[in-house]
Amino acid sequence: MNRYPLWKYILLIVTLVVATLYTLPNLFGESPAVQVSSGRVTVKVTESMVAQATQIATAAGVTPIDAYFEAGSVKLRFKDTDSQIKAKDAIQSALGSDYVIALNLVSDTPAWLSKLNAKPMVLGLDLRGGVHFLLEVDMKAAVDKALEKTSGDIRRELKAKKVRYGKITKERDRVEVQLRDAETLAAATKALRDTLANLKVESISADGNYKLVVTYPETALLQLKNDAVKQNITTLHNRVNELGVAEPVIQQQGEGRIVVQLPGVQDTAKAKDILGRTATLEVRLVEDDQAKLSEALNGNVPVGYELMTERHSSGKSVPILVRKEVELTGENINDAQAGFDDHNAPAVHLGLDSTGATIFKDLTRENVNKRIAMILIEKGKGEVVTAPVVRGEIGGGRVQISGSMGVAEANDTALLLRAGSLAAPMEIVEERTIGPSLGKENISKGFNSTLYGFAAIAIFMMIYYRVFGVVSTIALGANLLFLIALLSLLGVTLTLPGIAAIALTLGMAIDSNVLINERVREELREGQSPHMAITNGYKHAFDTILDSNITTLIAGLALLIFGSGAVRGFAWVHCLGIMTSMFSAVFVSRALINLIYGRRRNLTTLAV
Amino acid sequence: MEFFHVKRDIPFMSYGKLTTAISLGTFILAIVFLISKGLNFGVEFTGGTVMELRYQQSVEINQVRHGVEGLKYGEVQVQSLGSTKDVMVRIPNIQGKTSAQLSNEVLDSLKKERADVELRKVEFIGPSVGDELFTHGLTALILVCVGIVAYLMIRFEWRFALSAIIANMHDVVIILGVFALFQWEFSLTVLAGILAVLGYSVNESVVVFDRIRENFRKPNLRGKTVPEVIDNAITATMSRTIITHGSTEAMVLAMLLFGGAALHGFAMALTIGIVFGIYSSVLVASPLLLMFGVTRERMIKPEKIKEEAVV
Repeated sequence: MNRYPLWKYILLIVTLVVATLYTLPNLFGESPAVQVSSGRVTVKVTESMVAQATQIATAAGVTPIDAYFEAGSVKLRFKDTDSQIKAKDAIQSALGSDYVIALNLVSDTPAWLSKLNAKPMVLGLDLRGGVHFLLEVDMKAAVDKALEKTSGDIRRELKAKKVRYGKITKERDRVEVQLRDAETLAAATKALRDTLANLKVESISADGNYKLVVTYPETALLQLKNDAVKQNITTLHNRVNELGVAEPVIQQQGEGRIVVQLPGVQDTAKAKDILGRTATLEVRLVEDDQAKLSEALNGNVPVGYELMTERHSSGKSVPILVRKEVELTGENINDAQAGFDDHNAPAVHLGLDSTGATIFKDLTRENVNKRIAMILIEKGKGEVVTAPVVRGEIGGGRVQISGSMGVAEANDTALLLRAGSLAAPMEIVEERTIGPSLGKENISKGFNSTLYGFAAIAIFMMIYYRVFGVVSTIALGANLLFLIALLSLLGVTLTLPGIAAIALTLGMAIDSNVLINERVREELREGQSPHMAITNGYKHAFDTILDSNITTLIAGLALLIFGSGAVRGFAWVHCLGIMTSMFSAVFVSRALINLIYGRRRNLTTLAV
Repeated sequence: MEFFHVKRDIPFMSYGKLTTAISLGTFILAIVFLISKGLNFGVEFTGGTVMELRYQQSVEINQVRHGVEGLKYGEVQVQSLGSTKDVMVRIPNIQGKTSAQLSNEVLDSLKKERADVELRKVEFIGPSVGDELFTHGLTALILVCVGIVAYLMIRFEWRFALSAIIANMHDVVIILGVFALFQWEFSLTVLAGILAVLGYSVNESVVVFDRIRENFRKPNLRGKTVPEVIDNAITATMSRTIITHGSTEAMVLAMLLFGGAALHGFAMALTIGIVFGIYSSVLVASPLLLMFGVTRERMIKPEKIKEEAVV
């Protein structure tokens, strides 16, 4: 009666083997590595870079142990820190400033394990040292900016439609337009409803006072805030790249917050300086006179001009001569989105504010059939993103850039144009610096306390419950194995509270085993046969285990949903731990007990 | 081997008045401490800058305190962190100064006196984050309670849900009271610990409740009164209660002893929580259950007798 069918054992063995496989990477150490990633949005690191980087390192006399491509960057593993630094210098000088070459630590997980997607647990900053920032996006400023833009749009639109309007005022959360009479009100309403499709346009006429109120509905406001945060994240990514940090984390947290984590960085002042820096976009005129260009190429740049490079979609860099005067800056660009033009070709749509629109209108009118350059100034160095030919006057503040670009390039360019500056100012609301030695200490202390606690429980269980205690201990060990495998597999970031959760979960997991063992003892005491005692013991204990674990799980889930930072790190591990402990207490321990006692016909006593 | 095999049921319920009186006393005492002394909120809640320093050789706390107070930052706290070499400095938020500036100034001034000081950790929390954490923590607490009550109402009945949640909140308030009494720092990890206690403690009550329900269904306990049935349930689960708590306490004590300063608050909250968890599940939740008038009839739905079809 206490026998499991073969398939259950096979299932058990398979889960154990899989769990062991995914736990294994945590046991291998780490070795020094060099990481090559892109330093600019226009530069993409691809698989082909692996061979190139290996070649450079080998030429410098340091052959990497391993080289591979992962998540947009190339990693080269070395046997010691000396060759790591040597390789870094060699690669940096060979590839130049378009690439970020960072020192990193990479797991020594063998390739065959990595192929199975087995990787070690991700360690939080409190376990490996580094800086952590929590930035808050000033949403009020973002909304203000958008309202400003909307009032400009209204002014332009009404002018274009030849509707006479009075004062346009920007209130806290809306734009109001004064109008003379019911007729102009109706005309204005109609005109604006068409152009501002996603906004709410209300016409109010009372006591001879005609006005139009434009507000952002909830969805538009949400979209606006989301875009602001997204753009700020993109900008931060570009800036952090400059620091040469191996694995930076830049993520949205909550509605308007951004977390930036820079492992290994100790110099907070420099990090903050770079996070606060702005990149800008400039529009300048292109000089297409071949004579002047070739003169400039010979090292004789004419006065008032500057030689730059233009990156073509083919990846080639072409020299281009541009005027020094800046016609328009990124300050006047409100928005850039990738899309399609009238001929269904990929294009980038720019939205300019009212000043920008006027400048651009004049600029295009006076320079038909000439080229204008869109230049992104990053790290004090300019690069021409695109240089289209002006076909005619462009008014209305809506600019379309199209040409020989694909969908991907259009996306990149839009991103680039948006990436220059922040959508809304940000401030640091939380900052943490954790020294690397403290991180190491935290790991060892957390690990030791778990180990000692586990040992104490194991010894007690084995003495107190004998065979059943040994089984419980094995089940508890299996639980730990499952938990670590799951954490590694899911890529949950392990923090110090997470380690605490592992310890606590193990302490609590033994509860299920104790419940079972006590139940079996009780059944025996009531005079049942050993086999009946096992069956009923497990059966009765199961209801209790289910109830108590589900209530604990409810608590854990609430922590996961509403907690932040330390609490969430704890909750993740806690919730996973409850689930693995139910599985191991019920299934693993039963399988073992069945294996030990199941085949014995004339079983008279149980070692419990 | 068996330690806790009690042959006769212990009449826990007859002590019901006494035990509830004791816990009511501790509960009120805890609230008094909470109101009079208040919680010593950590930097996550109040905002400010915290620095963790380590000296190569042991250092006089007063010397460090003196050094930091010389900078006139207002209410500065200097505490030892478990050893004579580790020191924690807490500085309130100061307008116009960033945390990097603050921490550099402190470190510079301390380095003048003792060169062997090393900065191990700096934490800066702006004032807005704290308030939010507070509301989030409170929401989590309420949600946990609602979730637990809902589940217990479905699985048992409202009397069980209500007694369990009262017993649990009693634990939480007592832990908070202890933290207020000793003015231990109430940090985010302590909050995590307390919320974990909530889950843990309800776990306890559920195990006893489960047994009570089962006992009501047992034929050999049919003649017994409700208090006797509850006594039997508690006695039967006693052994498990003590062993489980012992194991969990062993784990938590290992964390308290070997986990270092970072896990100290968390382990402390749990250590207290586990002790009160036993007490409340046995001596608070069950008497309450009795008080709310749990009966056998309410627990066991009368089985419908199938009418056989007559052909």
